[in-house]
Amino acid sequence: MPDIHITRLLDAANRIILGKDRALRLALTCLVARGHLLIEDLPGVGKTTLAHVLARLMGLDFQRIQFTSDLLPADIVGVSIFDRESSAFRFHPGPVFAQLILADEVNRATPKTQSALLEAMEEHQVTADGQTLALPEPFFVIATQNPANQIGTFPLPESQLDRFLLRIKLGYPDRAAERALLMGEDRRKLLERQTPVLAPEDLPSLQEAAQSVTVSERLIDYVQALLASTRGSAELSGGLSPRAGLGLIAAARAWALIDGRDHVLPEDVQTVFPHVAGHRLHLAGDGRSVPPEALDRILKAVPLP
Amino acid sequence: MRHPAPDTPSLLTPSLWLLITAGITLAPHAIHLPLWLIVVCATILATRAWMVTHPGIQPRSRILKALIVLLAIAVAVGIRHHFGHFFGKDPGVALLAVLLCLKQIEITSSRDIRAAVLLSFFLQLGLFFYDQSLPVAAMALTGTLCALVTLLTLETGTLTPRTSLRTSGLMMLQAIPFLVVLFLLFPRIPGPLWGLPADAYSGMSGLSDTMEPGSISQLSLSDAIAFRADFAGEPPPPAQRYWRGPVLTDFDGRSWRAGRFLLQREPAYATSGPAYDYRLTLEPHNQRWLLALDYPGGRPENTVYSNDFQLLSTTPVRSRSRFDLRSYPESNVGLNENPFILAAATGLPDSGNPRARALAESLSRDSHDPEDTLRRVLDEIRAMALTYTLRPPLLGRDPVDEFLFDTRRGFCEHFASAFVFLMRAAEVPARVVTGYQGGEINPVDQTMVVRQSDAHAWAEVWLDGRGWVRVDPTALAAPSRIESGLASALPQGEALPFMMRPAMRWLRDVRHQWEALSNAWNQSVIGYNTERQRAFLEGLGFTSPDWRTLTGLMGAAAAVLMVLLFGWAVMQFRRGDPLDRCWDRFCARMGRHGIPRLPWEGPIDYAERIAAIRPSRADQVRHIAQTYATLRYGPDGPGHDLKTRQLSRMISKLAL
Repeated sequence: MPDIHITRLLDAANRIILGKDRALRLALTCLVARGHLLIEDLPGVGKTTLAHVLARLMGLDFQRIQFTSDLLPADIVGVSIFDRESSAFRFHPGPVFAQLILADEVNRATPKTQSALLEAMEEHQVTADGQTLALPEPFFVIATQNPANQIGTFPLPESQLDRFLLRIKLGYPDRAAERALLMGEDRRKLLERQTPVLAPEDLPSLQEAAQSVTVSERLIDYVQALLASTRGSAELSGGLSPRAGLGLIAAARAWALIDGRDHVLPEDVQTVFPHVAGHRLHLAGDGRSVPPEALDRILKAVPLP
Repeated sequence: MRHPAPDTPSLLTPSLWLLITAGITLAPHAIHLPLWLIVVCATILATRAWMVTHPGIQPRSRILKALIVLLAIAVAVGIRHHFGHFFGKDPGVALLAVLLCLKQIEITSSRDIRAAVLLSFFLQLGLFFYDQSLPVAAMALTGTLCALVTLLTLETGTLTPRTSLRTSGLMMLQAIPFLVVLFLLFPRIPGPLWGLPADAYSGMSGLSDTMEPGSISQLSLSDAIAFRADFAGEPPPPAQRYWRGPVLTDFDGRSWRAGRFLLQREPAYATSGPAYDYRLTLEPHNQRWLLALDYPGGRPENTVYSNDFQLLSTTPVRSRSRFDLRSYPESNVGLNENPFILAAATGLPDSGNPRARALAESLSRDSHDPEDTLRRVLDEIRAMALTYTLRPPLLGRDPVDEFLFDTRRGFCEHFASAFVFLMRAAEVPARVVTGYQGGEINPVDQTMVVRQSDAHAWAEVWLDGRGWVRVDPTALAAPSRIESGLASALPQGEALPFMMRPAMRWLRDVRHQWEALSNAWNQSVIGYNTERQRAFLEGLGFTSPDWRTLTGLMGAAAAVLMVLLFGWAVMQFRRGDPLDRCWDRFCARMGRHGIPRLPWEGPIDYAERIAAIRPSRADQVRHIAQTYATLRYGPDGPGHDLKTRQLSRMISKLAL
């Protein structure tokens, strides 16, 4: 029963990360929809903990890569080193060979290094010294960006942002959650005691189940109307791509599954839409990324068919 | 069947429905088909049912074809032998029935099924050759419904029986306006359409123009309706309800026959006393007598009078017919009777029934006039204390003697016959009158119903100065027969016609209802003939309608109906599907209560918003929204329509 696992997983995660139920659900949605997650927030709000919690609860092996301006692609992918004994180069896999990767402050690295990670995300494989090596399955990247401190960074270009299915913000916890956090045990210790809730084969079966969630014709009509409204809007510099449309449906399916349903409702689409569209749309004129209020306006301008 | 094309849709469901259609279509025909043919048809259908349910085992098509041809030839020969010819409705219907069964065996494509369905339509129509009553119409319509389902499943593949029946029923309902137009405007052919020679009008029951002991008591066992009378005012009292049929004058010692009579346009008597107006609806009996209430007056259309006071139709009554009549029960008739008629009314065979003759002579010897003789004869019969019974013993060569002196048990024909014999032997002119006596008011529609069990025989005696006087000798033994009918007059323990038994009271109530319904059907549907069609059209303003008027009107009406139906279909399409209408209705209701749905708002969000504003209705509203959302966005499953209807009911029941 996948939804029982999901409930237990979310319960466990909520005990460690307080007051972030929606962000947790969205992160899980992203994982179940086989997408990658971009978290854009200030340091210290729990991005790393979130990644840790997900990896631990689902029994995935976890790697953290701190991106810096001097990080090279080989630092991510791995290097071939001459082995004296066998008189041959042997490949030493880099940190990218893990099931869940936290790419911290991805905008601090050079575009070359960024693209090495992004290619791995897209292809689920890496190429080193002419050799193509498959990455483990499932393969899930959580990248974080710090929006405040933009000096000396290389912001991800639009085409690269498109590789992330969802973008979320964590934000500060509310008062009660923060109080519990301040008074409670160390999160790291809690995490260490936590045992996995999912078996290794559970995540693939959840991903499988998400793909068979019913999307009715009427819902496709609605998604198309949404896509069309982003493309025709004078407020935006460009509309959502078909890939964004596919992502919207995949995310809505996963959200519906996590909500315990076998079909997608317009509400599911509306829930995931800001997170799917937010990092893909830009305002006409100054090219700033689109603010949440504008996304809300788009949603409220499209009636349900 | 050996090489089914890979893309042919399964014929299994349509084949099964076709079997049902054939069964339902042929079942009512079983009444008039020969028994051997019923067996043949049933066998073929059973074989076909086996073939349909065992698709793996199929005989070689060549052998099958040869078998079908042989069987068809054999059945045709059989039908020729049974009926003597191929013409007329009986052999025709028999042939069609067998063909419908045989056609099923050779079904390999949807075309074959269509042909068989057409054949079944023919046979459903053929039912009306024999009977046009309400149950037959219902049977034919049921057959048509099944035939439509067959066609529907042929077109749409597998549907649940419920859905296909519903859809076909809807299609039939949509045909009703066309049915009404065709019914009202299709040119009526005067007389029965299926008046084919040789075998028409056989098997109609009723009185006959001869009477011998036992003939009327046989008729009395039948509950069938002879005719109905619808009185304009109060009906006459029971003692005056004598409905005149054949008048029997000639007696050959055992049986009575109608004498010769003259026809005239006017009654042979002057009418007097109170008059009763009524509409007589006569069941067909293939005879000319109309069974008017004694004594008819006026000059009703298509009728003549006989000089023995019967009212006759100008043609035999071969279909249910209506006559507007007027009768004067208290008229004096035959005051100046023709001497030849009087002579015929005293005639007796030269020999036979000696004891009765001797009794009559002894009674007349002391009397001074015919009236006194009549009194003495009646007294004598009363003194004999004869028994009135539906099951009189068989009588031999001298039936009057045996009845009066030996068996002493008889039915009305025995009483009438013996009485007239005694009067004639006493040289007083007398004759037997047959007809019906009594009649029962149906409390449902206030129509008087006269059944075959009301058949009766009574007597008339001619007295100088008084004319023909009605005497009912049965009343001497069983006075209540006249006042309250057969059931009360028979002795205890006598086998009554089934429906007359007192325990059957509730059943009689049902029968009253049913007969009122049948009467309405007969009067309004079957009775809609050329004259009433003309009257209807004249009411519409067409002064002399002919077939051209009718055709034009039919075309115009059909065109108008088509346009209306088309408009309706477009409207239905515009209105969207039922689920959307349900949800729109819900949103509109909420809107009227100040909580309109926002255009972009999904059902669950909307329900939550309503629940927050109206917490008392939260559960209901959430349930409705949940149901709608599942139906609208969920996977298609069985019972979608049913659940939509349930949702519609939920929305209707929601009180705010």
